[in-house]
Amino acid sequence: MYRFVLNRFISLVPTLLGISFLVFLMLYLVPGDPAQVMLGERANAESLAELRATMGLDQPFHVQFYRFFTGLLSGDLGRSIRTHEKITTEILQRFPATFELTMASMLMAMTVGISAGIWAAVRRGKIADLLSMILATAGISMPVFWLALMLILLLGVFLPLFPVSGRLSTHIYFEPITYFYTLDALLQSDFEAFGDILWHLFLPALTLGTIPMAVIARMTRASLLEVLGEDYIRTAWAKGLSQRMVVLRHAVKNAFIPTLTVIALEFGYLLGGAIITETIFAWPGVGRWLFLAVQARDFRAVQGGVLLLATVFVLANLLADVLYAWLDPRIRYDKK
Amino acid sequence: MIIPFLLIVLTLAACGSEKQQLTTLVFGRGSDSVGLDPGLETDGESFKVCDNIYETLVAYHSESTAILPQLAHSWDVSADQLTWTFHLRRGVHFHDGTVFNAEAMLFSLGRQFYKDHPHHKVEGGYRYWKDMGMDDILAELAAPDDSTFVIRLKKPNAPFLSNLAMNFCAAVSPTAIKKYGRDYFKNPVGTGPFRFIEWRKDERIVLARNDNYWGPKAKLDRLIFKPIQEAAIRFLELSQGTVQGLDNLNPEYIDEIRDNPELQLLTQPGMNVGYLAMNMDKAPFDDLRVRRAINHAVNKQALVDNFYQGLALAAKNPIPPTLWGYNDKITGYAYDPNKARALLAEAGFPDGFETELWAMPVPRPYMPQPDKIAQAVQADLAKIGVRARIVQWEWGTYLDKVSNGEHPMALLGWTGDNGDPDNFLYVLLDKTAAVKPAQNIAFYKSEELHKVLVAARISADRDQRSKLYQQAQEIIFHDAPWVPLVHATQTAAFHRGVSGFKLHPTGSKWFHSTAFTP
Repeated sequence: MYRFVLNRFISLVPTLLGISFLVFLMLYLVPGDPAQVMLGERANAESLAELRATMGLDQPFHVQFYRFFTGLLSGDLGRSIRTHEKITTEILQRFPATFELTMASMLMAMTVGISAGIWAAVRRGKIADLLSMILATAGISMPVFWLALMLILLLGVFLPLFPVSGRLSTHIYFEPITYFYTLDALLQSDFEAFGDILWHLFLPALTLGTIPMAVIARMTRASLLEVLGEDYIRTAWAKGLSQRMVVLRHAVKNAFIPTLTVIALEFGYLLGGAIITETIFAWPGVGRWLFLAVQARDFRAVQGGVLLLATVFVLANLLADVLYAWLDPRIRYDKK
Repeated sequence: MIIPFLLIVLTLAACGSEKQQLTTLVFGRGSDSVGLDPGLETDGESFKVCDNIYETLVAYHSESTAILPQLAHSWDVSADQLTWTFHLRRGVHFHDGTVFNAEAMLFSLGRQFYKDHPHHKVEGGYRYWKDMGMDDILAELAAPDDSTFVIRLKKPNAPFLSNLAMNFCAAVSPTAIKKYGRDYFKNPVGTGPFRFIEWRKDERIVLARNDNYWGPKAKLDRLIFKPIQEAAIRFLELSQGTVQGLDNLNPEYIDEIRDNPELQLLTQPGMNVGYLAMNMDKAPFDDLRVRRAINHAVNKQALVDNFYQGLALAAKNPIPPTLWGYNDKITGYAYDPNKARALLAEAGFPDGFETELWAMPVPRPYMPQPDKIAQAVQADLAKIGVRARIVQWEWGTYLDKVSNGEHPMALLGWTGDNGDPDNFLYVLLDKTAAVKPAQNIAFYKSEELHKVLVAARISADRDQRSKLYQQAQEIIFHDAPWVPLVHATQTAAFHRGVSGFKLHPTGSKWFHSTAFTP
């Protein structure tokens, strides 16, 4: 098991190198000179040449790639050409926002999705099943921007219970240490801020969590139904176990593996930053930042951002693999 | 799960809902600042914040681009117009306690000017300094004593004083720049009415009143700039009162703001122009009659009504009417398709011709919907037999190609920097700007205009300059290198309780005399 995890970690290195080269190549080939985009209407021969020179854009491809690559090896992603800030700082300040949002939405998605899935499977064919699956299908089919606006209208305007944008009320001040605001507020025992943070988290998390919630519910239902038809479950019934015992102890654990795959994948996607949700709720996460970087042809920021996202995605999948083995002792990755 | 969570959150939120006693104004905008070093930034969202932290030697009048004293209480100019001596205000301090004096001013401008200055080398360079041609204008900076700052010029240049009022010429604390180095952009220290408190990227920038300010103190305790990307959400926050001010309003919300007694709307003709340039290096646009025909063919008022919801002014000159020197006697080319057809026939195109109309791929402040404007102009041209195909490129490529003159006709525009007509006319239409990669994308090369513009640049007499610019506009009107289309209006909306805020032609946002009673 440890060797498996270690191997997966080692295989991360060539994956990321490949990704960084591809990203670099793509940004090099894409039309639109970063200097030209930055200068806009004000571009003239002199300012263009000077800006290109200071950004190293006047160098041939291999020199540019060599610079980027040596920087990468020493852990330096450089500074954003759009904001003059270190790429690592930009990411460290924004990733926690995305991470918190992802955690909150996955928490909602998992609790509601798994319970609904189990409920529907147990009451297969009954009203409860039909109702939860209709809702799940609706959840999957809803476009995120529409859902976001509807939730804002419903819970932000008609019933003004929740704030519609941002991570914090303007009158709340506390020192950000880790930029994980919930953690920072708790570390400083600032419960007013903590409540305010959760309050702001609710609507975007619900928006972002709805699709995974629906996917998880459908997945749980389908695999649980399959498991419930197996022999060992019949044995469990025959032993006279209660429904609760049969379903929760015997069936759910085995039915959980496909659901776990879905959860891990959704986690990976969400951690990449949800551009639409972040934009609508003015959430200062990585998705929106990366989007602006692409628009401005801020190649250094895009490279750094894509590397981060790739790492996170690979790690989320690795975690899922490890969890499989833990959940199902039959799955072993080491050859004895 | 959700219901208990809801209850906890709402209870916690309710505990914390006791309002602070500080007078805070939250200003919403579409995106965050890029940085807060006035020498480095080029975008409006950065300057909006810098406007309140920093000050300059001279400043604009609160409602016009007339120049008033600020950190310099007075100045003299030598007889040869080459030596400008500024007498600095005493008793002014930066927010970090550093004394403001001539040395500090020398540092602030010197870091941008002198190549051997220890803080000169920055990635991307001091772009505004270069764009405004300061390297070509200035010969030397000097600080003979604490309260005297001297600037010597290479040759007389009148627009130079207006440049000094711009943000990039602001006084920055030398102590802070030495301390923070490349991270100064997020630790700004100026002399202005507000001091910097915190910046959470993409979330908020918080400024507090500078209680040691040398002039009348600001009325707000806190000024917060909050980026909210979605226009609908921005407007919602304003209507709910969680944000007290917004700028660059979407035209679709204008009526709603007018109808809402809780809100007030501010508008002002913007210092910008959106235009259609005809490439005079290419036939048939080398023919004056063709250019005039195109001018008569475009229905500008329809563009204003349909794509700006009335929040723009149909243009007849390259400079907007908010600028001094605007020539209102010029009638402009009236919308007259018949006259246009006649002119085309006269030029040898009775059946019109085929051409291309290039359009920007991105909304610009002077033209929020360039693709729709292009379609409308295309339809107008079709009426006189000119069959124009619309061509679009990715923004960077677009700028590159038009500056190299690959287009027959192209849409573009300009937002003024310093409130001097030179900043429109010389930059966009002088023959020296028609060298590739050009900013004069009509490739209009008029010797007559060049003489007038150079004379206006050198003269120190504002009345004489004004006359020269009026003459320049007549020459341009006669030669018709562009179809000047529109001057977009700048807008802002505030909560009813906000008072004392004024829109400025340069787009600057000063909050030092703004008050807010909730």
